[in-house]
Amino acid sequence: MLFGYEWDTSAGPLVFAWSILPILLTGVLVTIQAAVLGFGIALVLGLVLAVLKAAPSRLISWPAHGVAEFVRDTPLLIQLFFLYYVLPEYGLLLPAFMTGALALGIQYSAYMAEVYRGGIEAVARGQREAARALNLSSARTFTHVVLPQAIPRIIPALGNYLVSIMKDVPILSVVTVMELLNVAKIIGDRTFNYIVPLSLVGLIYLIMTLIAAGGVRYLDKTLPKKGIALK
Amino acid sequence: MTEPIIKFDKVVKRFGSHTVLDHLDFEVNPGEMVTIIGPSGSGKSTVLRILMTLEQIQDGVVTVEGEPLWHERKNGDLVPASEKHLRKMREKLGMVFQQFNLFPHMTVLRNLTEAPRQVLGLSKKDATERAEELLERVGLSDQASKFPHQLSGGQQQRVGIARALAMRPKIMLFDEPTSALDPELVGEVLKVIRQLANEHELTMLLVTHEMQFARQVSDRVCFFDKGRIEEQGPPEELFTDPKRERTREFLKAVLDPDA
Repeated sequence: MLFGYEWDTSAGPLVFAWSILPILLTGVLVTIQAAVLGFGIALVLGLVLAVLKAAPSRLISWPAHGVAEFVRDTPLLIQLFFLYYVLPEYGLLLPAFMTGALALGIQYSAYMAEVYRGGIEAVARGQREAARALNLSSARTFTHVVLPQAIPRIIPALGNYLVSIMKDVPILSVVTVMELLNVAKIIGDRTFNYIVPLSLVGLIYLIMTLIAAGGVRYLDKTLPKKGIALK
Repeated sequence: MTEPIIKFDKVVKRFGSHTVLDHLDFEVNPGEMVTIIGPSGSGKSTVLRILMTLEQIQDGVVTVEGEPLWHERKNGDLVPASEKHLRKMREKLGMVFQQFNLFPHMTVLRNLTEAPRQVLGLSKKDATERAEELLERVGLSDQASKFPHQLSGGQQQRVGIARALAMRPKIMLFDEPTSALDPELVGEVLKVIRQLANEHELTMLLVTHEMQFARQVSDRVCFFDKGRIEEQGPPEELFTDPKRERTREFLKAVLDPDA
């Protein structure tokens, strides 16, 4: 029994699979929450990092480059352990789920900063020059001229990272987050049957990533290529 | 003698080792319509881009209405201009680009009201009124709610002109405004520029390859070559009786390419 659900190992693998499905779905929910929260953090942090990296002053851009490089070049698992085991020693105690989402968000922000940079640089130089000629401030130019044209172009790349993040969520099981894989493993430990729960995890993952990829493709098709319209 | 509104004093502009403007001296009087012609790479667009503060200069001084553009006076010395100074100077100038550079994600109306509202602090109502007035002037009253890609090139460029005018500049810079247009759309843009020239309220600087048009509307035509003014004068004089050999060659090549 787990989360109040009983499983049935008496009548073959299909019945067993059916009986553990509700338990696995609670794990799916945690996986999706972690992925979405991590993605949200990465979206915001990635943009901040991209802006800082492009800052005219080296006092700002160099540390930003350093942080991004460090995050990208060290394994997610080490960052996760660091946040989970080391930070509490300095008084920062977060629940396992939040720590996990934060670790995912930080790791992916470094990748997403590069995506933002590419999108921002792809906006025609003439757009910036026109904004300058009209005396728009650089902040206004960025938020109202450059970003609305950059974002539609980078949606596919960002979407791919959402799928990627989802596939990295099982790493959070090492810090006790009850996501899908962790739940399946516990069921296996208790029933000595791993093949059914682990196969189901694979299947559920396939369905989730297919849906996410379809969503990204839909967004890519429907978003106007000319930029997000500002009326 | 009136004080020139634009003055280039021994201005040097280099891109790497390539010198684009070579100690250029150049003056424009208030209300004057000056056309710059010349071969590509002669630095004619660079003059406009420097004035619009899109390109820095390496040496010399540019003044607009008696104030240095790329420098500011501090305790009697000329120091490189701060962004604040550049913003103040930019208010005097408006620019129309070869590639229009309209904001593709904004409606025509929003293209015209964005800067007046954000930079000049106009209310939405005032900015809209100003925009509608300008759209009428360029003959596009019925296009306000469209997006740039729904317009023809000629219409887009007329929006570009209206957008620059919405900031009420004293000086308008036209950087090859018809070069990216299909031939049959050139006329509608030139008509708008001609109207502006006839009103004589603005000082206008036009870089163009439309020689016939330059001849008709300009007060003065400057022939640029190798980063300097090779020859300048009233259009009739320059086009019918050029004094310099290089000018004659150029005009012959562009006016009579088959000969």
